[in-house]
This record gives sequence, C-alpha cells and structure tokens, in this order.
Amino acid sequence: MSAPANAKPLNQISTGSNVALNAVFILLSLLFVMPVVLVLMVSITDGDALLKSGYSFWPEKLSSIAYKAMFEDYGTIIGGYGVSIGITAVGTVLSVLLMALFAYPLSRSDYPYRTFFTFFLFITLVFNGGLVSRYMVYTRVLDLYDSYWALILPLLIVPFNVIIMRTFFQTTIHPAIIDSARIDGAGEVRIFTSIILPLSVPVLATMGLFGTIAYWNDWFNALLYIESEHKYPLQYLMRRVINDVQFLKTNITIAAQNPEMMSKLPDQALQMAMAIVGMGPILLVYPFFQRFFVKGLTIGAVKG
Amino acid sequence: MRETVTTMRESIIEHKKALSYNELTDKRGGANMKKPRSKAISNLWKYRYLTLMMLPAVVVLIIHSYLPMFGVFIAFKNVNYVDGIWGSPWAGFDNFHFLFQSDSLWRITRNTIGYSLAFLVINLILSVVIAVALNELRSRFVGKLYQSILLMPHFLSMVVVSYLVYAFLNPTQGFMNTTVLDWLGIDPKFWYSEKDYWPFILILVNAWHGIGIGAIIYIAAIAGIDPEYYEAAVIDGASKRKQILHITLPSIQPVMIILTILQIGKILNADFGLFYQVTLDTGMLYPTTDVIDTYVYRSLLELNDIGMSSAAAFMQSVIGFVLVIVTNMAVRKLNRDQALF
Repeated sequence: MSAPANAKPLNQISTGSNVALNAVFILLSLLFVMPVVLVLMVSITDGDALLKSGYSFWPEKLSSIAYKAMFEDYGTIIGGYGVSIGITAVGTVLSVLLMALFAYPLSRSDYPYRTFFTFFLFITLVFNGGLVSRYMVYTRVLDLYDSYWALILPLLIVPFNVIIMRTFFQTTIHPAIIDSARIDGAGEVRIFTSIILPLSVPVLATMGLFGTIAYWNDWFNALLYIESEHKYPLQYLMRRVINDVQFLKTNITIAAQNPEMMSKLPDQALQMAMAIVGMGPILLVYPFFQRFFVKGLTIGAVKG
Repeated sequence: MRETVTTMRESIIEHKKALSYNELTDKRGGANMKKPRSKAISNLWKYRYLTLMMLPAVVVLIIHSYLPMFGVFIAFKNVNYVDGIWGSPWAGFDNFHFLFQSDSLWRITRNTIGYSLAFLVINLILSVVIAVALNELRSRFVGKLYQSILLMPHFLSMVVVSYLVYAFLNPTQGFMNTTVLDWLGIDPKFWYSEKDYWPFILILVNAWHGIGIGAIIYIAAIAGIDPEYYEAAVIDGASKRKQILHITLPSIQPVMIILTILQIGKILNADFGLFYQVTLDTGMLYPTTDVIDTYVYRSLLELNDIGMSSAAAFMQSVIGFVLVIVTNMAVRKLNRDQALF
C-alpha cells in the first residue's frame, strides 16, 4: 500500500490534534496488547503468588516451573506442532496450486468456458449446504473421520481468493505475452509453468500467506472430525487444555515422577504457558509478514 | 476487496466482450465458422489443457460445496443410523415442525441477528474512524506502527482469544475480579455464569479482533482517493473537518456499502469460535450467547439430534441465500455500480 500523497505539509492537522490523536492511539495500542501481556505474566507467575493475588501484570514472585514442566516432557506439544506444521505446509501448497490452476483459465478472455466456471465458483460463494450436510458428506460419504484430509480439504479453495488471483492474472499478464509464447511453440502447460507462475509471485506469496494463517489457526475442523489425540493440531490441543488442564497434566508423565515439581505446578500458569507456546510463533513472525498481508488485501485492487 | 467484488460483476460484462473476441479470432481462423457444432467440439479440444487445469479445484468444490448443497435433503428425512442417510424414511416437514415448536428457535435467531447487527455497526464505525484518524497522523511511521498493533488480534485464533478472555474473567484469579473490581470496591462476579454481561463482552472481543483488519481495508480505500480533491479543497479554504466530511467519507462510501452488503448477506452466520470457544461453551450463558451455528453444532455432535440441526442449518442456508440476493437487488436499485452482481 503506497503512502497517500495527500499528506502534504500544507494540509496537515494542527500540532495539538496530532498530539491528542497520538495519545489516543498509544492508549488503544496498549489496550490491544494488554491481554497478551497478561497471559505471558501469568505463565511466569509463581503458584503461591497466583493464589494470593490472582492474575497480575506485576507478579510478586516469578517462576518458570510451568515451562519447565512442559518441556520436561514435550511429546504432547511437539506432536501438536508437528501436526500443525504438516497440515499447514501441505494445505497451503495444495491450496495455492489448485487456486492458481483454477484462476488462470478464468483470467483468459479467450477461454470459452470461463463464464460457466465463474458461475460455478460464484454459486459456492452465495449458497452453502450448511454444517450438517457437510458433516455427513465428510464422515459418511467420503469417510474422512479422523483423517488429516478432513483438516486440509475444507480450506483448500477460497472463492474470494480465487477471484483475487484471477484479477491479478488479468491485469498483470498481458495477453500479448501469452500469444508470443504460443507463437514460439509453447503449450498451455508450458505457458502456465514458465510464464504465468514466475510473473505471479506476488499474488502466489500473498495466497500462501493467507493459507498459512488459515491452516495454522484452524481448530474448528479438528473439533468436528478429529478423534485421536495424536492427530490434534496445536490449536485444538490448546482448546483441550483450556477446557481441561488435567489433559495436559496427565500427559506430562516425566514431571509426574517428580512429585515435588508436580505439587508446585499451578494449573493456571501451565494453561497460560500453553497459550504462550501456542501463539508464540505467530506473534513472533507477524510483524514481518503483516506488511505483505496488507499488500495482499489490496492486491486484487490493482487494475489495468 | 471492493475491487474483488466489483470484478465479479464485471466478469459477466467481460465475458460478453470475450465472446465477441472469440468470434473475431474465429473469423480470422476462418475454418471454424462453417459449422457451429464442430466449432464447439474443436473449442473443447483446443482448450483441453485449460479445462484439465481447472479439474482438481472443480473436484474440491464439488466435494466441499456442491455435495453438501444436495445434502440439504437430510432436513426432510428422519435419519437413523441403522438405515443410513439414504435409507432413512422421509419425514416431510416434521423436523421443521419440531424446530418451530422449540423455544430455541426464537432465542438463537434473535441472538444471531442481534449480534450480527451490533458487530456490523460497531465495527464499521470504529474501523472507519480509525482509518481516517491513522491517515491524518503526521508521522507515517508511527501510523504504520499503530496499524500493525491493531492488526495483531486478527492473526490469533479464537482458541487463543479464549485464553486471553479467560485471563481477565477467571472467577477466582482473573484480572477483572482480583484487580479491577477490587480497586472499584465491587464484589467479584462469576463471569462465566452471569449471562447479562456477555453481550458487552462479546461485542468488545469482536471489535478487538476485527477493527484492525477492517481499518486496513478503509485505509487502502483512502489511499486511493485522488489527492487533487484535497488540493482543490485547501485552495477553497476547507478545514480538515470539512475535508473529511466532504471528501474522505464520501469517497470510501462505496467500500462501506459493499462490505455492509456482504455482512448483511452473512447475518445468519455467526463466528462459531467467538460464541462457542470464547464463552467456553457454558450452558448458563446460552440465553445470551447461543447462536444458530453453536446450536446446530451442539444438536448435531453433542445431542445427536440430526433432525433439528439439519432443519436449522437448512433454514440458515436458504435465508442466507435469499438475503444475499435481496440486499444485492436493493443496492442495485440505489446504485448499479455498487452492486455485487
């Protein structure tokens, strides 16, 4: 997103309003990050301090016992991470590939069936069969219950993103490029892989980013379709832990052999440590990719 | 985003252009013009690779979207596990009859529509205000910094959000009870069993989660305004306030309308994570937090009542579809250019 040109020195707000506006935004920003900070502080608060004064931004006594316990026996968490990373990687690659393959013909003005396929896509945007019939299709017809595919399939094609990609292809790739490649003897597949894809890296990267976030943060499909504990993605594991902290405690078996540690281990700190371990990666990387994310939101707006 | 929407509508216009383009190229080709039928066949062959490219996504759409669409007939069946989906006897409108007789229908419909409207209005106002304010900040750099911070919640899943909310509302140790209410001298509240507070909590959480991304869309729209309007306004002596009222807001109005239509079309679809996970699926809160999506989920997977849940899901799909069509027609009456299709 380019900086608007209307920010000229002549036409700026007064210094007073600028200060006031900044003050409001600083306050708002603090409110926005406050919950995350609170969770972080609780996760490193000592059990006795938690009992005495509850959750606080300035704990009386710090303790890293929750993290120690969690990493003493990291099997459960590594398992969750593994599933999440696997699903996210496979899902994102497939999603970007399938959407690009679908969007490219739609972008070709000479492709005779583009109206049909646009309509085919559009229908899915305005009408859906609802949760019950989808659940029945996934579990009864396709037999995907407790299968990783049940986590990948639902997020593969996002109609809106397909339209964004189509618009990008339409506006960025001039038909003359395709024509000249054809004259040089390239077939459709060759044109797609050697010309379209390399020219579309920005939109592919954006869609990859959208896909990564969608797959990483998805827990609803796990709630619906996943039963085996070893197949829990990270977000769903976190959901189990907030509803039932004992689930994590019983899984920390090595810590259980160390009764002193176990008795000192506060449930709440363990829960909040789980939250930090779960949201950590995204909070660490989002400042770097949010710029591309913002660009991606407006990428469909690039018009010729 | 707005462009995405408008291009959808345009694709139909473009298609008409494409058709004439096709005829043009075919005329150039000459041979295909003689027999219309053989043209269709030769087209099929000529574009076989493009069609093949689309196949994987078509299969996914069929599986994920079209099969469930045809599956809505479940709502008219009395499904039992012995006979299976196909073999179960037809129930006519019995499932709907039960749904209409239960007290739940009024409750979930009222909650769903009420929250959707509240979210829509509040997030729209806050997003626009933040976008306009960020745009007026003198320093671009701090503007971007605030923008990044406000966007942060968007990247957190509702499970994470439920942890954050729980840290505040935990009845024995949460920050609200042990610190905030303590300071104010108010007795601790059992947040997860007092339903009356939840409309405010959910609206707050939803705004926290959504206004950052909302603001960015409007910031992009503001960035697209021709600076000459502002230059002319400055020459005419318009104040900043007048510029915002008469240039900025009218310029982003189309985006506001499009996004609002999209939201109204989805008015019956609540954010499942917000209502199910952030409330920790607490039964005592259902009167103010149960929405169609959570009700359908619970009936299906916790109560195993396929009849009720499929009837509710069917109503949701059909009314949602009608709403999209109707709101779009309404907008097209107002201003053709801003309609979706």
